[in-house]
Amino acid sequence: MSARPASGDGRVPADAAPRRRDGGAPAPGAETVRFIDERVGASPLLKQAMRYVFPDHWSFMLGEIALYAFVVLIGTGTFLALFFQSSTEETTYHGSYAPLLGARMSIAYASTVHLSLDVPAGLLMRQTHHWAALVFVAAITVHLMRVFFTGAFRKPRDLNWAVGVTMLMLAVLEGFFGYSMPDDLLSGMGLAIAYGVAMSVPLIGGNLAFLFWGGEYPGAHEFTSRMLILHVWVLPAAIGTLIAVHLAQVMRQHHSQFPGPGRTERNVVGTPLWPAYALRSLGLLLAVAAVLFLLGGLVQINPIWQYGPYEPWLSTNGAQPDWYLGWLIGGLRIMPPLEIHFWGRTWIPNPFWGGALFPLVVFGTLYAIPWLDRRLTRDPRRHELLDRPRDNPQRTALGMGFFAWVAFVFFGGSADRVLIRFGFPYEAQIWVARFAIFVVPVVAYLVTLRICRELRRSEAHPLRGWSGRRVRRTESGAFAAVAGSEDDPAAR
Amino acid sequence: MSPWRVIVAAVLLALRGGRRGPAPPPPVDPRERELPGRGEHARRAELLTAALLALGGLAGMAFFVVYLLGPGHLTQWLGLALGLSLALLAAALIVAGKAVVPQEVAVEERAQLVDEQAEREVAELAAAGAEGVTRRKLLAGAAGVAGVGVGVALVTPIASLGPNVSQRIDQTPWRRGVRVVDERGRPITADDVVQGTFVTGFPEGASLRDLASPIVIVRLPPGAIHLPDGRDPASWAPEGLLAYSKICTHAGCAIGLYRYPSFRPTQPRPALVCPCHYSTFDPARGAEVIFGPAGRPLPQLPLAIDAATRELRANGGYSGSIGPAWLNVDRGGA
Repeated sequence: MSARPASGDGRVPADAAPRRRDGGAPAPGAETVRFIDERVGASPLLKQAMRYVFPDHWSFMLGEIALYAFVVLIGTGTFLALFFQSSTEETTYHGSYAPLLGARMSIAYASTVHLSLDVPAGLLMRQTHHWAALVFVAAITVHLMRVFFTGAFRKPRDLNWAVGVTMLMLAVLEGFFGYSMPDDLLSGMGLAIAYGVAMSVPLIGGNLAFLFWGGEYPGAHEFTSRMLILHVWVLPAAIGTLIAVHLAQVMRQHHSQFPGPGRTERNVVGTPLWPAYALRSLGLLLAVAAVLFLLGGLVQINPIWQYGPYEPWLSTNGAQPDWYLGWLIGGLRIMPPLEIHFWGRTWIPNPFWGGALFPLVVFGTLYAIPWLDRRLTRDPRRHELLDRPRDNPQRTALGMGFFAWVAFVFFGGSADRVLIRFGFPYEAQIWVARFAIFVVPVVAYLVTLRICRELRRSEAHPLRGWSGRRVRRTESGAFAAVAGSEDDPAAR
Repeated sequence: MSPWRVIVAAVLLALRGGRRGPAPPPPVDPRERELPGRGEHARRAELLTAALLALGGLAGMAFFVVYLLGPGHLTQWLGLALGLSLALLAAALIVAGKAVVPQEVAVEERAQLVDEQAEREVAELAAAGAEGVTRRKLLAGAAGVAGVGVGVALVTPIASLGPNVSQRIDQTPWRRGVRVVDERGRPITADDVVQGTFVTGFPEGASLRDLASPIVIVRLPPGAIHLPDGRDPASWAPEGLLAYSKICTHAGCAIGLYRYPSFRPTQPRPALVCPCHYSTFDPARGAEVIFGPAGRPLPQLPLAIDAATRELRANGGYSGSIGPAWLNVDRGGA
């Protein structure tokens, strides 16, 4: 085999992949291809797919990690669904966990303890499912930040950005319903808060909460089956459909890419799907699954049998939700006791601010980002080449300010754990957080702006150091930066 | 040269040693297909891949063996076996993807998303569908009516999901004379509640899961109690006993914490605290909010102490609505 001839412009011809062996004998597998072709005529599509080019950059794998965590979630979740019973009917525990023997509990809780401690491999599946949920939302979030800070959300990907933000929102909801279903003490507290937030929606809150719960909290018997059907069918189906829409758009547009030699707005340079990228990506799938199963087997998570069954009149101290709801509990906790009340009615109950308005603003901002960017930059063009974060200091700095805002609300939500672990007074921490969420974003904005501008001026890499600048020797013997070049500070 | 500059230079050198910027990436030349099987390197990669695959298979079988050997409590070994198996296969595929199969940098043209000719044709086709139709506005208006009507009809069944909020939320099982019992139904006496502890009570015979049921009862020195106007201590704080709804007025969690100073001169005064968002209520002052997000005090329940048995009974209903706030919540004068 020898190197293939290339067309004159240096690009691979459309039919470039070597598919024939020496002597023109058909490649192995030709019969299979023929079998498929004779029935669905897939060869043109398959050929295109196999030659589909993926640009090589580590940050493009973040979305893949989310996708593969979703695969693990579907697999482990299906296993769990074969054992979990969502009923709130009371039962008496008779399993192998001695401390709970004879305790009265809901069937939902009892079946979760049973599948954890008495079903072989059940705990492995449950813990892996829980870890996968944490990684799923984390991977989506980091992927979203990568897309934001490199400007990949711009046209033509603005629509896909909205699909992604929607998936993040659904993933958070999906996770919340998932850990709420076992009806243990910790999850019950979370549901109580959700009920309080639903009640707090102005005007319609009372009826909204009663619709979801089928009556006053803790709700009608149907409530748990409503959660189950949302968690195992409606939301996964919605997320799965949106993943398909997301990937279909990516396939149509191809990946964006960082600037580099030979890379233009019109092409995409990288590794074709077949064979190298397919193997690597499959390897990533297995690596994600490996990490999740190792976590699920070796690192305990959500030991509900220790928490005990939930009753509305019970609660526990130091309670925290899964990490992706930390910003919401922070919003609820640092909010001062403000309620809008006049004419004998409570128009805006307190949980609305931190539990409903805050996420509304955050997700509203996320949805609006492509549109805001177009308005602020007055740039309606199609963008296939990515910015490095420093290339657009304003965007990067605004993004960091926004991120710092959400992060500090999140930190405010962890003040009770900080108190338990380090002894810092709780109330002082909340007061700090109440001011920090106004101050820190501004500081983050200014510092990021400065760093970006410095990096742009010096062309230094934050990890790799200074990479040099082009200079010209003038006739008088002095050196000056090349005017008008990318390296000229004056040109920026 | 000052010693400081030497130190700084040394630190910089240590931090950045060997990282003098990236080598420029080789220019893209898609004509070169790097083929496997050409050298020692590729042969070793093939052997390594095969070894990793085989080991991964063995680890997978180990999972099967562990599963056969014991019941579910071998979670760690199961996770280790399955995780290792997957990790080895992942390593095998990544080695294969990077060193066994042909490596190639390819250039693909992006699709031109906009095809003006096709766009025009689509618009024309769409318009052609309405050719010869005269009463467009009438039809569009009627279609709008149809859409709204069918939409409303399809959405209406959602109302079946829950009852109207006003029908039951303000009913509570507490009336004058209802006995206060614990979660097992045993009556609570005035002497069960000592200073520094708090006791959870329920109305006798009512569901424990009703949000209106649970109350917290604490005892404070009568001299320290300053209830809002209109709450006569004889009924609302007999012998210094105070009862409040246990459901937080912020988001509906149970008030699970009672902060009671062990050394009064330096520590804050007694408070009922909800562990969900740390709304903090002062039981001595009608459970007014002294910290945290709650927007109104906990509703108070008046108590009576049975002269003969010392058992606690409710001496009326709550001072306001229990539970999280909503539009028509009764704030009990707060």
